[in-house]
Amino acid sequence: MLNEVGHFALVLALAMALVQSVLPIVGAQRGDTRLMATAAPSAGAVFALVAFAFAALTVAYIRSDFSVLNVFENSHSAKPMVYKISGVWGNHEGSMLLWVLVLATFGFLAAVLGRNMPLSLRATVVSVQGWVSTAFLAFILATSNPFERLFPAPFEGQDLNPLLQDIGLAIHPPLLYVGYVGFSIVFAFAIAALIEGRLDAAWARWVRPWILGSWIFLTLGIAMGSYWAYYELGWGGWWFWDPVENASFMPWLAGTALLHSAAVMEKRDALKVWTILLAIVAFSLSLLGTFLVRSGVLTSVHAFASDPTRGLFILMILAAFIGGAFLLFALRAGTLKAGGAFAPMSREGALVFNNVFLTTACATVLVGTLYPLVLETVTGGKISVGPPYFNMTFIPLMVPLFLALPAGPLLAWKRGDAAAAAVRLLPAIVVAMFGAAASAWLAGEETALTAAFGIGIGLYLVVGSVAELWLRTGRGAAGARLARLPRLPRAMWGTAFGHLGVGVTVIGIAALSAFQTEVIRDMGPGDTASLAGYELTLARAERVEGPNYTDTVAVFDVRRGGRVVDTLRPAKRHYPARNMPTTEAAIKTMGPTQLYVTLGEVADGKVVVRLFYKPFVLFIWIGALIAALGGVLSLADRKLRIGLPAPARRRVPQGAAGAGA
Amino acid sequence: MTRRGRKARRLALIAVAGLAIAGAAALVLVGLGDRITYAATPTELKDEVHPAGVRVRLGGLVEDGSLVRGADGDVAFAVTDTVNRVPVRYTGILPDLFREGQGVVTEGVMDPSGTLMADTVLARHDENYMPKEVVDSLKAQGRWKEGEGARTGMEGRATTPGATAPVTSSAATQ
Repeated sequence: MLNEVGHFALVLALAMALVQSVLPIVGAQRGDTRLMATAAPSAGAVFALVAFAFAALTVAYIRSDFSVLNVFENSHSAKPMVYKISGVWGNHEGSMLLWVLVLATFGFLAAVLGRNMPLSLRATVVSVQGWVSTAFLAFILATSNPFERLFPAPFEGQDLNPLLQDIGLAIHPPLLYVGYVGFSIVFAFAIAALIEGRLDAAWARWVRPWILGSWIFLTLGIAMGSYWAYYELGWGGWWFWDPVENASFMPWLAGTALLHSAAVMEKRDALKVWTILLAIVAFSLSLLGTFLVRSGVLTSVHAFASDPTRGLFILMILAAFIGGAFLLFALRAGTLKAGGAFAPMSREGALVFNNVFLTTACATVLVGTLYPLVLETVTGGKISVGPPYFNMTFIPLMVPLFLALPAGPLLAWKRGDAAAAAVRLLPAIVVAMFGAAASAWLAGEETALTAAFGIGIGLYLVVGSVAELWLRTGRGAAGARLARLPRLPRAMWGTAFGHLGVGVTVIGIAALSAFQTEVIRDMGPGDTASLAGYELTLARAERVEGPNYTDTVAVFDVRRGGRVVDTLRPAKRHYPARNMPTTEAAIKTMGPTQLYVTLGEVADGKVVVRLFYKPFVLFIWIGALIAALGGVLSLADRKLRIGLPAPARRRVPQGAAGAGA
Repeated sequence: MTRRGRKARRLALIAVAGLAIAGAAALVLVGLGDRITYAATPTELKDEVHPAGVRVRLGGLVEDGSLVRGADGDVAFAVTDTVNRVPVRYTGILPDLFREGQGVVTEGVMDPSGTLMADTVLARHDENYMPKEVVDSLKAQGRWKEGEGARTGMEGRATTPGATAPVTSSAATQ
């Protein structure tokens, strides 16, 4: 019964989304405040109805109601509760429902929170968001009904793919979707600005919290997905340039560029047309990602059920939104006034530099991702574009970006002094040189260049970010300057943390690629393998029963200098419901460094064991966390706080200008 | 700002953007020229001339009885499309669902003797999911039963590190 009500709620939500799509924007065009006032209630109704449908599906999962096809295909009565709940979005239909729930939430938030925005702009934004909600609700109802019934109801479900039975599934998709879908509201702002013909610094100030918020979630979602793949897939890699990873990475690159160009727009009223274009591009890339994942055109860890009608439907949504947006952009861009001028060597110039390289890098990723698809369609030739291509195109584009990065915040708006910035960066350059030399000396011949270059740049970024904060404290005794640090605007801290995070991640990547070691050994009980000063002895095998699986555990004693320091328990796991084995890696963490042990086949009383020593590997994700924290700090800056009275806004010190980019 | 200043600023902008884009375009062209991997079935590999050293993505079935395990993770097996076979060598841990007679995709470089030195092995990762190449390959041989596994994706995967790409691979793959 509840399932039918859930389905009905989705139909009602579609009807309400149509109301949200039409009435507020018509009101905005006619200047009719009563029609504009329908924005909040209609968006609220869509949100409530979709949330109800989502809750209904969750209840079906919790109750293991196998009369629902979706639950039957993706759940099992013996599955632990946390995976029953996260299993709601561990499949195509459910994840689409989560996608729409996030869309509706953002629409509702925009309607409720934008109190200091002009009524007509807010109404238009809410309506445009309504268009997106309408399209995806129609998609769900037409092709992907999560409440489809199964008769007669089976006694037991087919269980969730064991690879997804992990806490990662509870965290990664929701974070990612909030980020992905968050760009829809940014898109709505861009379209509304084009429709209203209003594009100024105030617009940039209203849209920036949404950009920042989406960017924070997307950053966390991608980082979480990367760490999940690293420990769950059992082969120790953390980024594979898999097309679907690229599908989330491209909006991130465009979003990062957008974050910076919106800062220029907010401070200097420049780069306006470009910022609008980036907002459209970022959301278009999100939609493209959805298409790639759900149409079955890709071979990927993430690819969902392939159903041509779904692919076609999303392609139509994609074409309508991207085509429509670019058409509107082409019609209106000429009428938008250019903003403040600036010298090439200035904060604006540095941010343009940032944008050029981020978007170019994004374009090379796009080409590499789509090229095989295009080639297969056009010539039938089958190729795959993998890490060799992406590393060769992407990394060289990051180098100039990273070299210029710490200098950017040190340049003044309008006209900056490059020589002065270089002098201020001297400590960072010196530290980077020392770090590079030391790493090259420590690394082997083959990896010396990677180590020196990567770690050098990483250190340069880290020290450069810290130096920027320190320079902002002005002159005087170190103690007095230290005391001033906490009083710096949060946006400034945000910039520094964001850039610091990039440096930490770069160090992690470089150190890992230069210093990682591994061995593969056939090991029987009592055998010992040694790696990077650790000795691992296979003590015994154990059988451990889990709630819905059985583990065959190999117990390793880890010794260092002859003393047992730890026990590692990698396992081969068997899920009887799907008769499927998985490999559970065991990881020992020592600061940022990890020992990673995974098992292969068992033959003749021996098991193939693969051991990795992964120095500084955690820096990769810690850097992402630091950068996301930077985003949070920027978001917490008082100038972005909604509803701030005007005089207080004026009191923000000039020095704060532009930080937080 | 003066008109000349505006012009200079615009020129500088165009120069930087032009350089970045030209550089990126060159990288993309070179990358797509020699850093891509050709997907092939055993028969295609036999028919076409693939110079040694080119990366190949080979899809097919693991030939029954061809799997030989050496010491410390060395394995040898053959990939077949029931007409032709290509011997493959690999060092590492095979995916959980790697089985003789089942679909597999291997990636690596052909050596002069015609053996694929694989650094990546992908297998289907549960009863419902199968790499697209394997499905295509089975369909091409008429061994594909509709509905057998309607869903693709979720591939099991295994690689050896450092073997992926000559120049900068290690930065992102491992």
